[in-house]
Amino acid sequence: MNIPALEIRNLEKTYPGGLQALKGIDLTVKEGEFVALLGPNGAGKSTTISILCSLVQKTAGKVSVCGYDIDTDFPTAKQQLGIVPQEFNFNSFEKVQDILVTQAGYYGVPAHIARDRADHYMKKLGLWEKRTTVARMLSGGMKRRLMIARALVHEPRILVLDEPTAGVDIELRRSMWQFLKEKNAEGTTIILTTHYLEEAEALCKRVAIIDKGELVADMQTRDLLKRLQVETFVLDVQGDLPKDFALPDYEAKVIDEHTLEVTLDKQKQHTANDLFVALSAQGIVVQSLRNKANRLEELFVRLLEQGRAA
Amino acid sequence: MTPAQKYIAFQTIVVREIRRFMRIWVQTLVPPVITMSLYFVIFGKLIGSRIGDMGGYSYMEFVVPGLIMMSVITNSYSNVVSSFYGAKFANNIEELLVSPTPNWIILAGFVIGGVARGLAVGLLVTLVSLFFTRLQIYSIPVTVLVVFLTAVLFSIGGLINAIYANSFDDISIVPTFVLTPLTYLGGVFYSIELLPEFWAKVSQANPVLYVVNTFRYGVLGHSDIHVGYAIGMILVAVLVGGAFALHQLTYSPRLRN
Ligand SMILES: Nc1ncnc2c1ncn2[C@@H]1O[C@H](COP(=O)(O)OP(=O)(O)OP(=O)(O)O)[C@@H](O)[C@H]1O
Ligand SMILES: [Mg+2]
Repeated sequence: MNIPALEIRNLEKTYPGGLQALKGIDLTVKEGEFVALLGPNGAGKSTTISILCSLVQKTAGKVSVCGYDIDTDFPTAKQQLGIVPQEFNFNSFEKVQDILVTQAGYYGVPAHIARDRADHYMKKLGLWEKRTTVARMLSGGMKRRLMIARALVHEPRILVLDEPTAGVDIELRRSMWQFLKEKNAEGTTIILTTHYLEEAEALCKRVAIIDKGELVADMQTRDLLKRLQVETFVLDVQGDLPKDFALPDYEAKVIDEHTLEVTLDKQKQHTANDLFVALSAQGIVVQSLRNKANRLEELFVRLLEQGRAA
Repeated sequence: MTPAQKYIAFQTIVVREIRRFMRIWVQTLVPPVITMSLYFVIFGKLIGSRIGDMGGYSYMEFVVPGLIMMSVITNSYSNVVSSFYGAKFANNIEELLVSPTPNWIILAGFVIGGVARGLAVGLLVTLVSLFFTRLQIYSIPVTVLVVFLTAVLFSIGGLINAIYANSFDDISIVPTFVLTPLTYLGGVFYSIELLPEFWAKVSQANPVLYVVNTFRYGVLGHSDIHVGYAIGMILVAVLVGGAFALHQLTYSPRLRN
């Protein structure tokens, strides 16, 4: 039988003050998986991760990491984990390479091995030129990468990243994705939280969604995206909209004389092409269009609606 | 963690602590040397020459061991309190808390870091004192033991203070309102034989009295209190303080929610 990389059973957390941040989460991650943990602000993602690494104490439930129960053998469980926290938490007066070697030391890695690994990850993550720079002089993106390198110097079996690409530009984000994909291909189990559906799509076969401390979905990314059958677009129209125009097949709303909101529903076989044909037929020229909401927000709305309907 | 891994973690903390106070040596090593040199000049030489004997020794001879001890106390305390609180404030204490390093190693690492600073300053102050007095050591084992235990004790105190502190103000309150009075009233500058019986008794509750006198005994062979008893008291304080600090490191909601 394969021992799961991470097993969370009925995890609850009530913070002092009474806020219940987790209301019984169940999640199993197999060795070698790449899973995204999605959820709006305040959903409980960081709380879950902090429990894994002992910064927050759970109120109830069971957690085991590679088979090591955190109640009975937390040190061994922690040894398997590399954590990239949401907030910067290194000593900003220390040099990049010192931060990495020191962190490895806390995991019992001998200094000569730690130095080799630090060199390796500094090169891999584009920090080599900055190895003797004090951390506070790095750019935001470099700081994120420093935290990724720091999480890896003890070669954990599971890498957990809490919003690793927050505030990182597109190009750098892609190179970080590439790096994480390679790491996963080498066998590291990866769990990451994100606010970007694109990120989950690009990286993860599986997505778990938390909302208000509860797991609201846990499925293959492919299946999840199928649920995203409705998308609302905002169309900017050249000139004024004609007074008598009509889009009977669509859910449409006039915002002002040159802006229109239209919802495309895949279940009704809507395509953008058909919409444009219908608009052209009435002499309406679309200048530009954009998604009304971020797709993830849209997905949340749908999921919650479906949840309520069920 | 295997014992070898634990040792590496311990060593890592100690090296990082030493590197920290060496990096900012102008703030950590220089000021105590200057202050103590002034004490030597003013109290020891200028005023001391008018005081005459104290406890059977010239005032300079009497005050030097006290001042060395005072610098060991303040420096081991302030090393741990500022390093640990700084790490807590910037959240980088999390680097240690998420690691498998056991809490007693974290405690030991910070304490030995504080001891290193206390001893480094103590040594520097001792070297300076050689310009003012001839220092001959009556009992090396007692001297070494008591300096070490004192540095350990006050490093533990610094750690507890740092865990409780919520602001940089909180880490100066204890040194200002507790540590400084205890040191000044702890027999650094005078022998408690000078005090009325009542105040001499009250002074017995002051831990600084024990460490200063035991150290003075190690150097001069003179103490106001029984040396074996004093060492016993210091040991008890180390054990109780250490246990409390370990408990706080493990369970304090100030470190883990
Ligand atoms: N130390 C704390 N004390 C009290 N409440 C807390 C604490 N940390 C988090 N919370 C609360 O717990 C809830 C979950 O927070 P958490 O940080 O886990 O959310 P998150 O999913 O990571 O959100 P985000 O996407 O914004 O990072 C929130 O309501 C938050 O206010
Ligand atoms: Mg978060």
